[in-house]
Amino acid sequence: MIKPCQRMSDVPPVVSPVRGTPLLQTVGLTKRYGDFVANDSIDLEIWPGQIHALLGENGAGKSTLVKTIYGLIQPSAGELRWQGQAIALSGPAQARDLGIGMVFQHFSLFDNLTVAENVALGLDGKESFKAISARLAQVARDYGLPLDPKREVWQLSVGERQRIEIVRALMQNPKFLILDEPTAVLTPQEADQLFVVLERLKAEGRAILYISHKLEEVKRLCDTATILRGGRKIATCNPKLETAASLARMMVGTEVKEVKPRGERRITVPRLVVNDLNLPPDDPHGVSLQHISLELKGGEILGIAGVAGNGQDELFAALSGERPVKEPGNIIIDGIACGHLSITHRRKLGAAFVPEERLGHGTAPRMRLSENALLTGHAAGDMVRHGFVNAAATLQTVDRATQAFDVRKAKRDPEAASLSGGNLQKFVVGREILRNPAVLVVNQPTWGVDAGAAAIIRQALLDLADQGAALLVTSQDLDELMEIADRIAVMFHGQLSAALPRSEATRERLGLLMGGSSIDGKDPAHAAGA
Amino acid sequence: MELVEAIILSVLAASTPLLIAATGELVTERSGVLNLGVEGMMIVGAACGFGGAWLSGSIIVGALCGILAGAALSLIFALMTLGLAVNQVATGLALTILGIGLSGLIGARFVGERISTAPHLHIPGLSDIPLVGRILFGEDAFVYLSIALIIGVWWFLYRTRAGLVLRACGDNHVSAHALGYPVLRIRLLAVLFGGACAGLAGAYLPLAYTPFFIPGMTAGRGWIALALVVFSSWRPARLVIGAYLFGAVTILQLHAQGAGIGIPSQFMSALPYLATVIVLVLLSRTRTGGSTAPAALGTVFVPDR
Repeated sequence: MIKPCQRMSDVPPVVSPVRGTPLLQTVGLTKRYGDFVANDSIDLEIWPGQIHALLGENGAGKSTLVKTIYGLIQPSAGELRWQGQAIALSGPAQARDLGIGMVFQHFSLFDNLTVAENVALGLDGKESFKAISARLAQVARDYGLPLDPKREVWQLSVGERQRIEIVRALMQNPKFLILDEPTAVLTPQEADQLFVVLERLKAEGRAILYISHKLEEVKRLCDTATILRGGRKIATCNPKLETAASLARMMVGTEVKEVKPRGERRITVPRLVVNDLNLPPDDPHGVSLQHISLELKGGEILGIAGVAGNGQDELFAALSGERPVKEPGNIIIDGIACGHLSITHRRKLGAAFVPEERLGHGTAPRMRLSENALLTGHAAGDMVRHGFVNAAATLQTVDRATQAFDVRKAKRDPEAASLSGGNLQKFVVGREILRNPAVLVVNQPTWGVDAGAAAIIRQALLDLADQGAALLVTSQDLDELMEIADRIAVMFHGQLSAALPRSEATRERLGLLMGGSSIDGKDPAHAAGA
Repeated sequence: MELVEAIILSVLAASTPLLIAATGELVTERSGVLNLGVEGMMIVGAACGFGGAWLSGSIIVGALCGILAGAALSLIFALMTLGLAVNQVATGLALTILGIGLSGLIGARFVGERISTAPHLHIPGLSDIPLVGRILFGEDAFVYLSIALIIGVWWFLYRTRAGLVLRACGDNHVSAHALGYPVLRIRLLAVLFGGACAGLAGAYLPLAYTPFFIPGMTAGRGWIALALVVFSSWRPARLVIGAYLFGAVTILQLHAQGAGIGIPSQFMSALPYLATVIVLVLLSRTRTGGSTAPAALGTVFVPDR
C-alpha cells in the first residue's frame, strides 16, 4: 500500500557506513502499557554520518521510542544494539556513557540554576565545575552557539535555552544525538543556524535522529526517514525523493485533507479595532505591550507571527479581558468600546477566545467536557436559566462539537484531561466556533496537534471567516499563517509591526521582523492599523 | 551587663532547636518535598530523646534516640508521599497529629522524671572573659553542632555536586528524571535528613533546655521552624539570621512580660509568623524573576518507566 520503499535495505545511506554494522539498531522493540502498545516491534537502523528523521503523528510512538533508546523507558520486548552488541540500558547515564545524547522537546532545563550548572547536571560528574565552565565556553565558541555560563535559565530566551540543551549534549561528545522537535520554537533564522550545526555534526561522522513535524525541513536536512503510525513502523525511505504530501500520507494513513482554497471573501465592516493599546507587564520580566493598533474587518483573518514570549500572551489577555485596560476605547468590538469590560461582557458582545494552553487555561483538566463548555458558554445562549445550569444544553454542546470536529474520546462526557492534545484542541476550538462568534481571538490554534486535526481546525477557522466573522490568529507556525491569514503582522518586544498582505509576506521578511530587524530600514515599532 | 549576657545566652539556647529543625527542613524543601510534620517529629524526638537519656544516663544516647525517632517518623512520611504519591500537605499535617499523640504515649512514663542537662563547654581562661567568654566558649555541644550543621549544609548545597543534584530535583523533577537522576531516592534521603534534624531539635529541649519532659513541650517550635525556612527564602545564611531573630523574639517576650511592658504576649508570639508574611511580601515585590521557592516544592512526582 505504501509505495516507494518499505525496507531500510532498499535505501542505501547517503554516507556509506564505515563499518558493516549500524551504530545503533533496534530489533523488534516493543513497549506496552497494559493493553496499550506504544511501540510495536520496531526495527530501526542508525548509521554514522546520517541524519535520520523520525516522523509520525502525535501518539504514533516517537517519544516512547527515543526515550527507550535513551534509557529512560525499559522496553517490554525486543533488543537494542549498539555497534552490533546487544545492550540493556539501566538509565540515561549509561546511554550517555555509550555516546548517546538527547535534546528534549520540552526542555529539560532548571530555570533557577545557571547555564553552567544546567550543563554540569547533564554530564557525568567526573569533571570539576571549573573545567566544565571552561569546556562549555570552548564548545559554545566552536559551534557558534554563544552562551553566558553565569546567567540563570529563566533570564534567557527560548532560542538561548535550546542552545543550552544542544551545547550540553555536544559536551558529552556524542556519537549519536537525538533531537526531539528542535525547531518548533525557533525563528526561521535560528532554525537555519541550527541546521548549520547539524550539518557539521554529520560531517564529523556523528549520527543524528531528528524528530520534526515540519516536513519541508526534513526533506531539506535528512538522509533517511522512518515513519511511525499507531506505534508501528510504516516505512523507511529517503525523504529527499518524497514530497511533503506523500510523507504526510504515510504518517496519517489516509489522504490529508487539503484546506480548501478560499473563494472571494466578502470583507465587511470593522469588527475588532484596537487603538494604541498599552499594557504594563504583570510580572517584573514580562513584556509590556506598546502602542498596539489594528483593525480587523468581518470576513478577514489577521495572523500574528512572532517568537514566543514577545507579548502574544499579554495581547491575548488584553483582548480577552483577562486583563482589562483602563481606557475603554482601546479595544472596540462591533462598535462598542470594551477595553474596561470583563471577559464575560465581551463574550456577550459576540467575542470568543481560545488561549494557547488548552489544558489548564482553555479547559479545567479535572472537569468534564460539558462543564468546560459551560465555563465559556454561560454568558450567552441557553446553558443557564434563572441561575440553574441546563445540563442537557451543555451536553448538547459537547455532542455538537464532537460531531462537527471529529473529537475522539472514550465516552460521551469525559474529563478534559483524558483527551489527547489534538482532540482536546478540536473540542476547545469547536466549543467557541459553535457559538458563532462575531470576533474570534485564537492563540496557537494547532500547537502540538497532528496534521489531520490541524487541517480540520484550519478549515473551520476559514469557514468561520467566510461566514463574516473577524479572526485574529496568533501562531508561531509561519506555514499555518501563510495558509489561512489574509494579512500577517509580527510581534516583537511587545510591539506589533504593520500587517503585510499575504502576497508580500514571505518567510524571509517575516523572519527578519521576528528577529527584530525591519524589512525596509524602517523601525518595525511603528505599527499601522489596516 | 549581667542582664545582657543572660539575655544573649537564653536567646542562643532558644534559637538552637529552631536552627536545627529549620536546617533539616530547608534540605527537605530544597529537594522539592514539603514536610509539614516538623512539629510532630520534634515532639517525638523530645520524648524519645528524654527516654533514651533517662534510661541510659547518657545525653549522647538521648540525642541519638531523638535523631532516630525523628528519622523513623519521617520515613513514614516518605513512604506515603514518595512511595504512594499521597498529597504532601495532608500527610505532613497528619504526621504532626500522629507525632503529638505518639509522644504522649512514649513520654507518659517519663513525666515527672529529671535528668541533668547537657554540660556546657568550659575552657579555663577563654570562657572566663567577661561578656563574650561564656557566649562564645561556654555553650553546650548542641549550639556548636547546630552552627556546624548549617555551615555544612551550605557547603553541601552550593559546593558539591550532590547538592547541585538535590537543588535540581527541587527545581524541576521532570528534567532531573529525564537526565537520569533518581529523584525519589534523593528526596527520600532529604526527607530522612529533615526528620533526623527535627528529632535532634526536639531532643534538645529536654536534654539541654529544661531537664524534664512534658507532653507538648515543643509548643509550636516546629511551626516556627517551618516559617523560618520560608523567611530565609530557602537560603542557609538567611536561615541563621532568622533563627536567632525568631529566638530573640520569644525570649524578649518573656522579658517584656517580666518587666511589665504592656505588649500582649499573644502579639509577641505571633511576631515570627508576621515577620514571615512581611518577608514573603517583600520578596515577591522585589523579586527579580525566577522563583524564590524551589519550583517543584510540594508537588508529587511519579516517574514513568
